[in-house]
Amino acid sequence: MTILVIAEHDNASLKAATCNIVTAAGQIGGEVHILVAGHNCAEAAKAAAKIPGIAKVRVADAPQYGDQLAENLAALIAAHAGEYSHIAAPASAFGKNFMPRLSALLDAAQISDIIAVESADTFVRPIYAGNALATVQSPDPVKLLTVRAAAFDAAPADGGSAAIEPVAPEADQGVSKLIGRELTVSARPELGAAKIIVSGGRGLGNGENFHSLLEPLADKLGAALGASRAAVDAGYVPNDYQVGQTGKVVAPQLYIAIGISGAIQHLAGMKDSKVIVAINKDSEAPIFGVADYGLVGDLFELVPQLTAAVA
Amino acid sequence: MKILVPIKRVIDYNVKVRVKADGSGVDLANVKMSMNPFDEISVEEAVRLREAGIATETVAVSCGTTASQETLRTAMAIGIDRSILVETDVELQPLAVAKLLKAVVEKEQPTLVILGKQAIDDDSNQVGQILAALLGWPQATFASKVHIEGGNVTVMREVDGGLETVELKLPAIVTTDLRLNEPRYATLPNIMKAKKKPLETLKPEALGVDPAPRLKTLKVVEPPKRAGGVKVADVQELVAKLKNEAKVL
Repeated sequence: MTILVIAEHDNASLKAATCNIVTAAGQIGGEVHILVAGHNCAEAAKAAAKIPGIAKVRVADAPQYGDQLAENLAALIAAHAGEYSHIAAPASAFGKNFMPRLSALLDAAQISDIIAVESADTFVRPIYAGNALATVQSPDPVKLLTVRAAAFDAAPADGGSAAIEPVAPEADQGVSKLIGRELTVSARPELGAAKIIVSGGRGLGNGENFHSLLEPLADKLGAALGASRAAVDAGYVPNDYQVGQTGKVVAPQLYIAIGISGAIQHLAGMKDSKVIVAINKDSEAPIFGVADYGLVGDLFELVPQLTAAVA
Repeated sequence: MKILVPIKRVIDYNVKVRVKADGSGVDLANVKMSMNPFDEISVEEAVRLREAGIATETVAVSCGTTASQETLRTAMAIGIDRSILVETDVELQPLAVAKLLKAVVEKEQPTLVILGKQAIDDDSNQVGQILAALLGWPQATFASKVHIEGGNVTVMREVDGGLETVELKLPAIVTTDLRLNEPRYATLPNIMKAKKKPLETLKPEALGVDPAPRLKTLKVVEPPKRAGGVKVADVQELVAKLKNEAKVL
């Protein structure tokens, strides 16, 4: 068995999730290769080669891969799929976008968002927003997997020295092009990679309170900032802050939910966090049903106290 | 321009799902069913493009049991012109649905297919992308803005860390995210009118597609419950517990 992990990267560096997918691939067993498809992506390829336990890093470096368009990526991977028993990518906006195209091109069923590896052909995945877990088995010669990064520990990013080998690019499909990207610039860690997340909900009342109360706490803790869908829909913060079924699924060491009631769709996105703290004025709020430590009271008094108390 | 809108009938998003005791799946008996919420957004978008004069005809299609007729009627009550039901009792998986839709696309020749980014039952997030690749069409997933001009569609997409805008040559596939629009409610007169709109029924065999499931579901279980913890009295106690008990600070 040989497993191909598709690296998520920005040409200059690997996205942290790639290391989690390598761990999942290791649990399947067999040789693990990483494909880095990009443009001027030598640095990302070097980073991939440093992950211990990788047999080979394959690099497709061409202009048509620079923007990670699904049409071109899928065509490239499909051309090499015959060499692999499994193809795995993060279940992120990146992986979700191209992997199903491979399903079409290879006539193989995809298993989305796996959270556990039972055997080489059997995997566990959440359905109904995590309210049920399905164990599914694939009969296809190549298993196509998207992997929930938060469900697997990250492989070490350093210590390996895999061989880097070029892959010939496929023709540009020429049917789509990237016009622009507006990425949120932040000095804080990414939600998906953060060890601590400070997350706010409707209880904050408005966007100004959200920033003035939560940012000092997040800065002191070196934490990422998240939000409930209610807070996003109310316009307090942009959509990419959203934690939940329809936003990001996270599993940090510490998740601090502030003014979040705990709708099912939010809990689906954070209930696998190691330690959950909830601060809410409503002692009956569902968030307290999953919180390890609950603090009932006025967040406008408690959050500044907490910010002052953490060294 | 014709727009095809594939939709799915799923357990209503407000219903708390129950896993069957024998582990064979989720209990669907006597449970409220509705249109997949992401598909409501695609229906709304298609109807708006029709109202704006960009689309000349909108067609909804659903693959599933006879009961999906109800969901198609809902789409027509929102403003879709006519519907197609691909009727089967077989358990449908994304690859099979995409193959059925491909056959419908070949029959109907739409310029644009708009569908939800994922169904809230199996949460696969696959059909739109598979359909695009089966047809050899470009795709824009997770759309939060759609603009059609000339032979192109420009789509703003919600990606990790922000937004991305792509331009696709038509014909193309767009999958919808939550912020694309706010679906309207069907009014009573429109619900009545929808009963008279055409609804055609096709069988998978007539489309030349074998919809048999590929993946085998071995079991479905409830996720492990997270036990609620303790309430702390004040911030000092909280910080002490996080430091000494949980050791996360």
